[in-house]
Amino acid sequence: MAALINVPAKARRGDVIEIRALTSHIMETGFRHTVDGKLVPRDIITGFTCRYNGAEIFRADLFPAIAANPYLSFFTVAKESGKFEFEWIGDNGYSSTASASITVE
Amino acid sequence: MPTTRRHFLSLAGGVTAAGTMPIVSLRPLQATPAMLTAAIRNVVGEAQLRTGRVKLDIPPLVENGNTVPMTVSVASPMTADDHVKSIHVFNEKNPQPNIGNFYLTPASGRAQVSTRIRLADTQKVVAIARLSDDTFWQIAADVVVTLAACTEEMN
Repeated sequence: MAALINVPAKARRGDVIEIRALTSHIMETGFRHTVDGKLVPRDIITGFTCRYNGAEIFRADLFPAIAANPYLSFFTVAKESGKFEFEWIGDNGYSSTASASITVE
Repeated sequence: MPTTRRHFLSLAGGVTAAGTMPIVSLRPLQATPAMLTAAIRNVVGEAQLRTGRVKLDIPPLVENGNTVPMTVSVASPMTADDHVKSIHVFNEKNPQPNIGNFYLTPASGRAQVSTRIRLADTQKVVAIARLSDDTFWQIAADVVVTLAACTEEMN
């Protein structure tokens, strides 16, 4: 699935940088009904993880109260050049990944 | 024909006349303040909840509860000895009291998280931070919602 990742391409060592991640997902709450009264089954992203050169720096548990196309913004200290890996997991075996790289001077 | 809210409500109101409206609500569609308290206790345990240190940025009046921007930040140096371990956000009146749990590390540098949430009604939103010394700090904000999310019927 399509994901939008925003990580600065370059940073100075020790800078606190903002990371923004958005992925497309319906986030069906499981509390809605169709017009003829059937419950629409829940289909949400339940977990998000961000790793920086293999080490987990941020993790989130998500619930139906997170809006569709979940957006997350968080911070980390730029320590070394390398790669950020993002992973979303959810209902019905949903899983998707994305990555971004950074140069630290 | 697209079903409008008005049309749906008039149908629901005219159950005896139409006799076709199925009963679908098997559980309350609103969390109760008791459920909020239980969800908070689930995270906090018996620890004392103090007020302060946490800041919750959320618009006081939102037109559309389907996507409400929200930022939680905590005053913390984010060092190995003194950092925020996690941030938990709850609501009072959605069908479920949890919104999200966010886990930070000293490598976060700044204890701040933003996301977009759904609010099913005018209600209170509560943010709780767990610090590295296992103290809990909270803040609450009231939000007025004019168009609710979560439980509307699909068209």
